[in-house]
Amino acid sequence: MSLTVRLVQMGLLGAGALLALFMAANAVDEVFAFHMWVFFAAAVLGLFYMARNTDFSGAQPAPKDDEYMDGVVKAGVIATVFWGVIGFTMGVYAASELAWPFLNMDYELLNFGRLRPVHTSAVIFAFGGNALIATSFYVVQRTNRTRLAFGNLAWFVFWGYQLFIVLAATGYVLGATQSREYAEPEWYVDLWLTIVWVAYFLVFFGTLIKRKVSHIYVANWFYLSFIVTIAMLHIGNNLALPVSLFGMKSYSLLSGAPDAITQWWYGHNAVGFFLTAGFLGMMYYFIPKQAQRPVYSYRLSIIHFWALIFIYIWAGPHHLHYTALPDWVQTLGMVMSVILWMPSWGGMINGLMTLSGAWDKLRTDPILRMMVIAVAFYGMSTFEGPMMAIKSVNALSHYTDWTVGHVHSGALGWVGMITMGSMYFLMPRLWNRERLYSHTLVSWHFWLATLGIVLYAASMWVSGIMQGLMWREYDDQGFLVYSFVETVEAMHPYYVIRALGGMLYLTGGLIMAYNFYMTAKGRVRASEAALAAAKA
Amino acid sequence: MFKHEKVERSATLLLVLSFIVVTIGGLVEIVPLFWLNNTIEKVKGMRPYTPLELAGRNIYIREGCYLCHSQMIRPFRDEVERYGHYSLAAESMYDHPFQWGSKRTGPDLARVGGKYSDQWHVQHLIDPRAVVPESVMPGYPFLARRELKYDDIADHLKTLRKLGVPYDDDMIANAKADLVAQASGEETEGLIKRYGKARWGSATEVKARDFGLDGPQKITEMDALVAYLQMLGTLVDFKTFDATDVENLR
Repeated sequence: MSLTVRLVQMGLLGAGALLALFMAANAVDEVFAFHMWVFFAAAVLGLFYMARNTDFSGAQPAPKDDEYMDGVVKAGVIATVFWGVIGFTMGVYAASELAWPFLNMDYELLNFGRLRPVHTSAVIFAFGGNALIATSFYVVQRTNRTRLAFGNLAWFVFWGYQLFIVLAATGYVLGATQSREYAEPEWYVDLWLTIVWVAYFLVFFGTLIKRKVSHIYVANWFYLSFIVTIAMLHIGNNLALPVSLFGMKSYSLLSGAPDAITQWWYGHNAVGFFLTAGFLGMMYYFIPKQAQRPVYSYRLSIIHFWALIFIYIWAGPHHLHYTALPDWVQTLGMVMSVILWMPSWGGMINGLMTLSGAWDKLRTDPILRMMVIAVAFYGMSTFEGPMMAIKSVNALSHYTDWTVGHVHSGALGWVGMITMGSMYFLMPRLWNRERLYSHTLVSWHFWLATLGIVLYAASMWVSGIMQGLMWREYDDQGFLVYSFVETVEAMHPYYVIRALGGMLYLTGGLIMAYNFYMTAKGRVRASEAALAAAKA
Repeated sequence: MFKHEKVERSATLLLVLSFIVVTIGGLVEIVPLFWLNNTIEKVKGMRPYTPLELAGRNIYIREGCYLCHSQMIRPFRDEVERYGHYSLAAESMYDHPFQWGSKRTGPDLARVGGKYSDQWHVQHLIDPRAVVPESVMPGYPFLARRELKYDDIADHLKTLRKLGVPYDDDMIANAKADLVAQASGEETEGLIKRYGKARWGSATEVKARDFGLDGPQKITEMDALVAYLQMLGTLVDFKTFDATDVENLR
């Protein structure tokens, strides 16, 4: 990379720092001022780092184009594990607050209403997002046999994304929120994410353009559609007018029913594209790799790709059944949601059948086991989802814990398991180790996580369906049987079981972090080292 | 015959086609809502929030109340009996953003206005389990301690006017005075002239009093939040609303 480019980049960082300083000086509220100082600190740190690592004599060694850029992928793996543990911990704490409300401590920074978005953003955007960015950078280089495009822009994407996470999370606990579920960050954080996301698109798409192979591998289709669609959804759902250019508060462009459908057009497709399409990209690369088998059906991958991305977008209205949204939109959303079952299962079948002729590996390979159960959970929750989107089922399930259970069987089962399986695949390869520190610990992780999901999903099924039935129960005189608070009281045991399930899942995450740390250090667990030697 | 292989060998074609495919659903489901005039019912009584109610609503948003309380009563027998008339789209037409919610860890609040006394709300917000022993709601004692910041409240009204909420010049010029008047219950003529029943045809009159029970001179976040809660769902005059009118079928 030439010195000029480097100097321009440093100039941009300097200008960013000055702008942040100016905004901080004029801020009308504390949260905005604090966030501008965070921007300022980040820009100065970046500038400082670049200045120290630039050779001003002009002799920047240009990286070879056939050398993969894996530093940023390694950073992404570390970030994924780190934010995963943080996000699971926040989830366990928030779940415990519902079981034991004294944990709210009457303290604003700890109350459930502020911590819940911290949990959801930490797991979806910090854990899931980092996994997507890291794996997409890894996969796009391998499947196209070329280095990431645009030099160190990939590093900007990585650090810019971490900055977004920090701004979002600190904003929630300090009270900055748009109250749009999974799109809570305020306008200036949204603008920042837009910049980072455009850079991410440029790196990914630029790499596809300069590929050394003629055919674009299927995993990249999914990653590309995920990046593009999230850009569209993010911009569409965050249109808002700030009260002041120097303050955090904004009001959404739309109101009432149109605002609600826009939010759930976004909300459901945050699931569809962030948590599904992107992770299907992961499935299409890592499962064939780990199983050492080609993808089951090439034709099926084409059909289910186009069907999935076309139909998912229509499913949003099922979050608004029987509300004041016009009935025709609800019915249309329901029909399309049911149809969505088919392309979803197309993906599941393609993932599972890739193991044809290699099923025996499930007995010996805990990483493959993790990936396969991920696809099984994907199949389960993409059956449950369309079922819950049927209006008469939704009349019972909506507003209850059943929805929460459904989300978690998808998030913990599908997203979590496929991510952690992929991380286990990447760790030894990126750190040039022969193998993981311990496969036994992967097995432990697998069973703890699976058991955790079972406790979680089962308790939420019971509590959700129970509460839905209690709300609508009449006695033979025609009176409602239960007051609202009686239904709350009945949930307590299930909230305890759910928190316990979360704890098991978190414990699995901690075991992964330990295994990862020891692998990076180059250690192999003593008992397994002997076994490996004996086999060899 | 079109071969899919073409798409697999051109990144640009893949990008363009997949972008077109993902836009269609949203265009069909969302865009018509702005043209179809039966998206929002014609009702009597909807007025913009008073400055104090708006400030209270912003606290409701800040604390994430919407994560456990819906504001959307569905047209079912049990919900209507438990919470009141099912919610109309018109009732949230000035809500930027909407607060329909998606989960009822606590009860629906669409019509909580006037159901409980101010005293009950203040006690319940400070220590929920002192009033409802089985509740799992967090306590918000800090709301009663913290003075409301409202120096820029007129800017909030101006911003909302740009987005289509019918605040007039008079309302914006008097935003601060109206807020103080409503939170103290004193000198409320201007407030009632601007937001009152006579002007908007609401089912209930604008309420002005010391909502937070902390003295009329002290304006806390508790005052604002309780003022907001006490007006929720009380505006539309259902005596003049005919649900079976063709105009109101959606």
